[in-house]
Amino acid sequence: MALEVLLWCAAALLGTGVASVAAARHRAASASVYGVALSATTIAMVVAGWSLLAQHPPAGAQLPLGLPWLGAHFRLDALTAFFLLVVNLGGAAASLFALGYGRHEDSPARVLPFYPAFLAGMNLVVLADDAFTFLFSWEFMSLTSWALVMAHHRRSGNAAAGYIYLLMASLGTLALLLGFGLLAGPGGGYAFDAMREAAPAPRVAGVVLALALIGTGSKAGLVPLHVWLPLAHPAAPSHVSALMSGVMTKVAVYGFVRIVFDLLGPPAWWWGALVPLLGGVTAVLGVLYALMQHDLKRLLAYHTVENIGIIFIGLGLALAFQANGMQAAAALALTAALFHVFNHSLFKSLLFFGAGAVLTATGERDMERLGGLIHRMPLTAFAFLVGSAAISALPPFNGFVSEWLTFQAILLSPALPQWLLKFLVPAIGALLALSAALAAACFVKAFGVTFLGRPRTPVARDAAETDRWSLAAMFAFAALCLLAGIIPGQFLDRLAPVTQALVGAHLPLQEERSWLTIVPIAESRSSYSGLMLFTFIALAAWIATWVIHRYASAATRRSAPWDCGFPDASPLTQYTAGSFSQPIRRVFGSVVFRAHEEVDMPPPGDARPARFAVHLRDVPWDLFYVPAANAVAFAADHLNKVQFMSIRTYLTLVFGALVVLLAVLAAWQ
Amino acid sequence: MAIALDAVVQLVQLALVLALAPLLTGFVRRLKAHLLRRQGPPLLQPYRDLLRLLRKEVVLAHSASWLFRVTPYLVFATTWVAAALVPTFAVGLVFSNAADMIAIVALLGSARFLVALAGLDVGTSFGGIGSSREMMIASLAEPAMLMVVFTLSLLAGSTQLSSIAAFMQSAGVGLRVSLALALVGLIMVAIAENARIPVDNPATHLELTMVHEAMILEYSGRHLAVIEAASYLKLLLYVSVIVCVFFPWGIAVSGQGLAAYLAGIAVYVLKLAAGGFLLAVFETAIAKMRVFRVPDFLGAALMLGFLATLLLFVSRAT
Repeated sequence: MALEVLLWCAAALLGTGVASVAAARHRAASASVYGVALSATTIAMVVAGWSLLAQHPPAGAQLPLGLPWLGAHFRLDALTAFFLLVVNLGGAAASLFALGYGRHEDSPARVLPFYPAFLAGMNLVVLADDAFTFLFSWEFMSLTSWALVMAHHRRSGNAAAGYIYLLMASLGTLALLLGFGLLAGPGGGYAFDAMREAAPAPRVAGVVLALALIGTGSKAGLVPLHVWLPLAHPAAPSHVSALMSGVMTKVAVYGFVRIVFDLLGPPAWWWGALVPLLGGVTAVLGVLYALMQHDLKRLLAYHTVENIGIIFIGLGLALAFQANGMQAAAALALTAALFHVFNHSLFKSLLFFGAGAVLTATGERDMERLGGLIHRMPLTAFAFLVGSAAISALPPFNGFVSEWLTFQAILLSPALPQWLLKFLVPAIGALLALSAALAAACFVKAFGVTFLGRPRTPVARDAAETDRWSLAAMFAFAALCLLAGIIPGQFLDRLAPVTQALVGAHLPLQEERSWLTIVPIAESRSSYSGLMLFTFIALAAWIATWVIHRYASAATRRSAPWDCGFPDASPLTQYTAGSFSQPIRRVFGSVVFRAHEEVDMPPPGDARPARFAVHLRDVPWDLFYVPAANAVAFAADHLNKVQFMSIRTYLTLVFGALVVLLAVLAAWQ
Repeated sequence: MAIALDAVVQLVQLALVLALAPLLTGFVRRLKAHLLRRQGPPLLQPYRDLLRLLRKEVVLAHSASWLFRVTPYLVFATTWVAAALVPTFAVGLVFSNAADMIAIVALLGSARFLVALAGLDVGTSFGGIGSSREMMIASLAEPAMLMVVFTLSLLAGSTQLSSIAAFMQSAGVGLRVSLALALVGLIMVAIAENARIPVDNPATHLELTMVHEAMILEYSGRHLAVIEAASYLKLLLYVSVIVCVFFPWGIAVSGQGLAAYLAGIAVYVLKLAAGGFLLAVFETAIAKMRVFRVPDFLGAALMLGFLATLLLFVSRAT
């Protein structure tokens, strides 16, 4: 029943997409498309949530679509229900936001048809229960999102971003195609049920893991496959950026979990070393790149890379524990990763909405040209502040809880028998701690430079608060960020059936605990109560405020800033994004970015202005992509000669090819 | 009944940390002055400073937003709660399971996040320089702190401070290289986090190397009083964590009766005095380092914490 409703929702979204091709130029098109998308995703979200809550047994359905001998299989189990909840919650909020934001769209015909189709594609990927439907939906999702990235294709850089995205998406799909081929084996059972039955040989399983990492990792943004992400995500309209960063990367995580935890059979221990290591490196590099950005949306996109790293740390630890038969620990690590999936979809969407609101109000994405927006857009600033605190893993918000759970999983690693894992996992813990601390620095910069201080340009000075729809979407997610932070137990219990199905264990149920404390293993070991902390802080702040207002002087005077008696007249002398991250660039830059600084200081008496330039290099780009591009260019150049040859040479070539093929055939026999 | 008693103990602790925090700072200042053969301010000077600030008017910059006015109270509340959750004179506080050591570190992170934002709020270059450097220092100090937490929790099998304290009092702990490394790492982090020499100088204004003082440069009156109280509390918190984890002797256990609690308080005050003494001697003996040497300093702390974790696997207690 639930599955049928979900499929109908996806069909409604697809239909809306098709219908809006014709009607995109109509005045009411934007409101009706986003209205329908909002209703369909809300229904799907409620159904998925209800299915997760009621712990329905897995249900399947088969439609006569796709390959004639295979059909299209769909399935709704706990894992699907959880990810559908994430997808449709994000989709509903983005649609709500777009009801206001979409009115400012200058080319609606390029956005409206693809937006509901994109949502439908993501829903279908999660619902798919055979390789063909999965890959078809995956490609559909990639192509519709590509079309949305290209919506403003005349803006500089967007066309290149779309091109790189298309290449990387093709690479990912190719890897997944090969991976499913190996999983299906020579028998060719492409339904997921058949793949679950047939466990591949260990060596084949290792290859499938690598292919799954490339296929889903390129969509999720694992380093070094992340290069397209910070280009493409910001290029799309902001509600689509929110969906791509907050939701589509989660669909990629779903793909990884489905293939590796469900289809692939028992893991080998070295998977648990490879995956968390990739995750740790991704987390730290992602946040360091984010710190160097001054484009607000690109900064957020790099943070997606960081958070995907954190999620993969959790997933990898779950593999390590599962390979060694430590089911409870695996359940903890997997719960941490999945809870972070949920949390990241909340705060990343929220932050992209905020960036979109700023973009509408000022037309600027560059932080160096903003500032002081907290005075002009107080509500947006407040919501963005909540999102910043949540993504920086600060209590009492939700980001802290999932990172805390990941730390608790890391602390269980000494019980692992392999020495490599014993030594590696604490190092990954250090990487995780480093990325969390750097994220806080990055969001002090992002919030501080954009919203605080004095406006740096007239557009920032004259900005106006955004519309009510957008604010409703932002405040709904801000409230959820706080709620998931102070009563995490309620959310964690919903994940129990998911981990039970995947690793055969779940966290102890948290609902019975007094004071809504969460206890991952045992009370004497570790516990955390967001509600108590929140109450305490609120009470303590109230006491402090009350005492001060009762007994202290209430006199307040406004005046010019003190600034050590040396106030600067121009707002351009404020700290900028570049100057804020300069100390961190000096600490990490020379290694991570091969940064070098050029200072051109004219001698005294010379009236020429002093110049300062920083050159950063993207090391993975230089290391992997430039050689690959060069190789392709080289091959293309040389193959070009084949186009302009005489008929004799062509005949010789044909003859040679024939001989070679016959020789191969002879050798084969 | 037992819960009611625990709640009373918790309230006493809440009041105690708030009452003692300015005294500790005053003690360190006076001791430093004596070591430099100066008279120094009276022990109770920090209390007087706070009262005087409370009576003064607040001068707000034109560009200051609501965040600037809210931050002092939130920072104070967060730091106070964090300090109240560290076992000082008794373990088994009624609310100790609200936050483990990781959460306490993160609470301080929340406070720092807000102060750094407030530094950027007015839009002056001094505020910016302070925030920027504070976050650079924090980005290295926090991982170092967490590596120390790792070491301790791997040993004690818990991240709960009261469990760690109980474990360190038990016979099974022994002398370990890891513990020594973790102690040194923790002290280095504490120095950096509290803006003490050699990382930052708490006694200066108008100096380009200052970090913490630059961030709060625009604060005045009651706001400054609350922020100052929060930094006194933070110093007390770090000294409390160090003595609770590494020198937990004499700490009262739940249900031992009034005498044990009073003895616990007396021992705690003595330990604070010893910690303050060592801090004053250390600060007098060492010179402040350049701001870009600080990453080396904290990198060393991080490495010590990491080595302490790794050595746990290959060493045995003696």
